Formats: sequence, structure tokens, C-alpha cells
Amino acid sequence: MRITRMLGAALLALGLAAGPAAADSSPSPSASADGDAPTRAGSSFRTATEIEQGQSATASGSTGDYLYWSFPADTGQRPTVRATVKLPATHGSETWQLDVYDGLRRRQACQYGAQTRTAAQGAASVELACVLRTVRGWSEPWADDPLPGTYYLRLTVVDLAAADLGQPVSAEVRADSKDIGGAAAVDGTLGKPLVPGIAAKSAGQGDGSKTAVLSSFGRDDGWSSGWWSDRWVWTGIGAVLAALAGIGGYVLTRGSGRPSRVPPTV
Amino acid sequence: MITRQRLAAGVCALLAALTAGIAFPAGAVADETDQSAPKVELVLDVSGSMRTRDIDGGSRMAAAKQAFNEVLDATPEEVRLGIRTLGANYRGNDRKEGCKDTEQLYPVGPLNRTDAKTAVATLAPTGWTPIGPALLKAAGDLDGGNGTRRIVLISDGEDTCQPLDPCEVAREIAAKGIGLTIDTLGLVPDAKTRDQLSCIADATGGTYTDVRHKEELSDRVGDLVERAADPVVTPVATEGADRCEKAPELKSGLYTDRLEFGRQRWYKVSVDPGKELRAAVSVADDRAVNPDYGVLLRAVTVHGREIVRGEAAGTGRTDAVSTGLRYPKQDTDDDTASAETVCLQLTTSFSAAAGVKTSPGLPLELTVDVVDGPSGHHDVAAFGLGRGWWLLGLLVLAGFLAGLLWGWLSRWRVAVWRTN
Repeated sequence: MRITRMLGAALLALGLAAGPAAADSSPSPSASADGDAPTRAGSSFRTATEIEQGQSATASGSTGDYLYWSFPADTGQRPTVRATVKLPATHGSETWQLDVYDGLRRRQACQYGAQTRTAAQGAASVELACVLRTVRGWSEPWADDPLPGTYYLRLTVVDLAAADLGQPVSAEVRADSKDIGGAAAVDGTLGKPLVPGIAAKSAGQGDGSKTAVLSSFGRDDGWSSGWWSDRWVWTGIGAVLAALAGIGGYVLTRGSGRPSRVPPTV
Repeated sequence: MITRQRLAAGVCALLAALTAGIAFPAGAVADETDQSAPKVELVLDVSGSMRTRDIDGGSRMAAAKQAFNEVLDATPEEVRLGIRTLGANYRGNDRKEGCKDTEQLYPVGPLNRTDAKTAVATLAPTGWTPIGPALLKAAGDLDGGNGTRRIVLISDGEDTCQPLDPCEVAREIAAKGIGLTIDTLGLVPDAKTRDQLSCIADATGGTYTDVRHKEELSDRVGDLVERAADPVVTPVATEGADRCEKAPELKSGLYTDRLEFGRQRWYKVSVDPGKELRAAVSVADDRAVNPDYGVLLRAVTVHGREIVRGEAAGTGRTDAVSTGLRYPKQDTDDDTASAETVCLQLTTSFSAAAGVKTSPGLPLELTVDVVDGPSGHHDVAAFGLGRGWWLLGLLVLAGFLAGLLWGWLSRWRVAVWRTN
């Protein structure tokens, strides 16, 4: 009996610890040493520079350039994108904007964060941020929910004085994400992640040649299959606790040990 | 979990890269790169105004020469680089002659750094600024092959050869659909020069940079040349029809087309059962347009029923407006089920600003992917798995009640058995 109780307590403790722990285990963005982080940005969706989550990519350009990057985001992640633009020494007031598009080039809404910000005259830098919605495994074709796949960032100035056009600026962007885990699970998965050009890519695989692709994410898979979720932990622990509670309930009805009225010979 | 998969993927990629490296020695690749080698032409203004000494104390020409030398040293091996000048030879006052003055200083091809540098060293600021004709010739120089094409135009003044508007020229070059980008750099430009150069850049999806210091010039030109070396998918030119029956049938790939103001473009894609159609489109505004705009992409059956649509609208400065849609076609058990033809209809609500030419149409980029659709196996939520404290509480309560019930039942059974 005592053993059962101890085991129960231990399991309960384990469950309490493991449940939230599993939910919090962030995907530890493979911060592949910032030394090899990209130092250039693309100028269109087609030429967007690919970055990994957790990488700080930098780029220098001119005011008025449209700077494009892309990063992969997987099911259950809630990406946050930040950008810092260093402005030239003298300039008028200018408004910068950070837009996020998904793999289908649909504009994605920001839950919070200053996506558009106006730098006052002579300000040294401007900081932008965008917290996306949680990436879900599947959605109706008619919805524009964020789905696993490529995400594009576009950083540009949207309002400026004509004289400020073409001035040198430098930008730094970074995409991180929070793992929301099973809380965001939906009943479904995509056949393939929303990576542009993935159809052509899978057809042309295996010839070994280094061909240009629209987006190289998921070339070697690496996307979550959707089979793992912290819901396994929660439900498993729930089942164990239910079994223990069942034993407890059963024991309650029996009292302690053998009924005293029953003769030992029966 | 994801991390582990990524790690595994990374290791696989590394192995694959190594194997590919061994299997395809450098020689085998060389032939292919010649056809798809990126081509860049530097177009330098050598007009009289380049004599002005206002870049870090030196003349504009000196700054340009120094930048060219640095760029020539740093040009990646695979880039085919050429140099064209404008206004380098004709000293006279005849505008007609002056406006023909553009010359290929170094032909587009494998780079011989010494030759190229010698050629650059001979330049002396001379004549007019025929930007338009120079761009046309430069586009001709870059003809052939299927790699990326880029013109880097360095100028210090506006075009002096009206009425041929260089901005129109740039737009026409872009309209040829050969995927050519023009980047412009203005050397200490005035407002009019800046307007013109940024207009040229916008017309082809290029960038405009304002240069006031030597190192800015060499950094920027070097960066643009290097950028040309990045492999990029070249879109295939197609021409959509004005209704579905006549529309071209597209396979998975990247396409480009022009869309005139107020017109529609139709394309067809055939989607097998169990497949998913994904289409994304960007319409670029390569000229001055009114600041409110939108784009609508509809997937329609051949009978005209709308399946799904993607729409986007915006306001203010932009390079393009994009949207996309996906249509998973349900799988059937019927083996005879044939592919469905889905019509894609594209319209925009861009409107040209006053006095702006409306033809050729706006450039658009269309990505079509037909991939496997959702294949029926769902994620864990489908197994009825749950999470959260309420779930735990409910399970414990249910377990406890079941235990109690079971206990009472068995006591009752014992009691009945004893009575009998």
C-alpha cells in the first residue's frame, strides 16, 4: 500500500514537473554562430535572403530599398520578428515598416509590436517588431491562418522626404519564436509545408546539381510531422492519475484490510 | 523534437553536399555555368560634369575609377562582367551626335582584370549624358544565356537626350521579360537626377543609391556585382488570356507576365484528385501609381464557380502587392476520376497616376505549385488527446468515481454471495 502511495506521489510530482516543462521546451533556435549570419538582404520575394530563426542578419542598403529576408517557421511556433534600422546622420522624419508574408505571399497580421514607426528628424535608429499568430498545422483554404513554411520579411521606408532617398542605412533583423506546443494543435496537417517552389524542387531532386530554388527550406525535410505534442504527456499523466484515483476509490470502499466479521476460515 | 529533426536534416545535408561535391567535379559544372552565368554590365557616365571635384576632395571621375578598380578585384569568378560608357568620346555641341555617344569599353565575358583596369584608366570626362540609348545598348550586350542580368548605372546628371525618357526605356527593357534589373547610383545628384535615377531603378525592381563618398561607391557597386552571383530562379514568360477557355495551361513553376490596368489575366492549372494547388502572385508597380491599390486572385471552376480567392489591398509606397491561395482537391477512391482544370483569374486595382503611360502593363510574378494534398493522417489532436489542468482533474475524478463504484459493487456481490 505504502509503495503504491509513494509511487503515486512520485508520478504526480513527475507529471506536474513534466507537463509545463514539455510545454516550455523551446526549439532552441540553432544559433549557428553569428559569424556566418547573412550580411545581405534580397530585393524581392524571389531573391530574399534566407535566415534561420535565432540568427541576426544584417544588411546595408539605401533608404528606399525594399529589403527581403525569409525564415522557416514550424507548427506550434509563435514567431517574433524584430528589426533595427540605423539611419544616416542627417535626415528628415521618415516612416519605416516591417511586413511579414507567408509562403503564399499573403500578408500576415501582427498580434502586437510596432510594425510601423516614424523616426523623428535626425533620429539615429528606429526599431520595429512584429509578433505573429501561432503557426498551426492546418487551416481551411479560405482562411489565411499562419501555416508551417517559409515566411518573408520586407523592411522598407514607406514615407520619406524626396531628398532622403538613396541615403546609406544599415539594418539588422532577427526572427525568434516561442513554442506554444500542443495548445495550438488543430486537427489536421498539410501535405507539404508552404514553401514556394516545393513542387518543382521535389521533382528535380537527386540530380545533385546546384540549381536555384525559390526557397530551400525543408529540402531535407526537418519539418515536424505533427505526431509529437505535449498532449501525449498531459493525457498520459492524466491516465495514470485516473488509475491511481480509481485504486484509491476502490480502497476507500473496502476499509482497512479484511472485514473483521468474516471468519478467517472462509 | 524539432531540433533533433533539424539536426538530423543538417547532417544529411552535409553528407549530401559532400557526396555531390565528390560526384560532380568542378569541370563538369563549368559547361553548365557558361549558359547560366550571371551577367553584369557597369554603365558609367563619362560626361563633362564628372570633372567636378566634390567627392572627398577628388573629382567624381577619380572616385568612379577607384571604385571600378576595387570592384574589378573583388568580382566573383563566375560573373561575366562588362563595362559600357556614355558620353566618353564626342566633344562637340551637336546634340544628335552627342546622344549617340555610348561605347562598350569592355565586352561582357570572362573577366581579365588587367585589361579591364587598363581600359578604365583611359577614361576622361568628355561629352553628353545619353542614358536612354546607353541602357538600350547595355540590354543588348547582356542578351543570351539564362542567368541573372544586372545593369549598374552610375551617373551624376540627368539624361540630356530628351525626348527619349530613360525611365520609359528601362520599363520597356523590363517588359521584354528577360529578368533584367537596373540598379542606379547617383554621384552627388540634384533633385532632378535623383528622381530620374530612382525612376529607372523602380521600373526594373532595382535599387537607387545616393553617393557622396568614395567608399560608399565602391562598397555599393561591389555589393551589387556580388549579388548578381547569387543563383536565382529565372521566371518563365507566359501570357495569360482574357478568359479561361483561351488561358495557357501552367505547370508547377515560376512565371512572369504583364497585366494592363483595368484588365484581367486568366491561367489554367490542372489539379489531380488528392493534390493541392498553391498559387501566389505579386504585381509590381514599376511606375507612378495612385497610392491605393489591391490585387485579387480567384480560383474558379471551368463553369465559373468560385472555389477560393486570395486578396490583398494596401496604401502608400510599395514595390509590389501580393496574395496567394491554396486549393486542396479531395482524394477519391474512384480510379477513373480525372484531373480538374482550375482557372486562375487575376485582377488588380492599381491605377496609373496622372500623365503616366499605361502600356506595357505592370509586371507580375506568378508561382504555381501542385503538391500532395493533406493525406488524411492528422495531428495528435485528432486522437482525442487533450491537455491542461481541467483535463487532469476530470480524469482523476472519473477514475476515483469508477474506483468507488467498483468497490461498492464488489462489496455488494460479496454480501449477496454470503447471504446465499
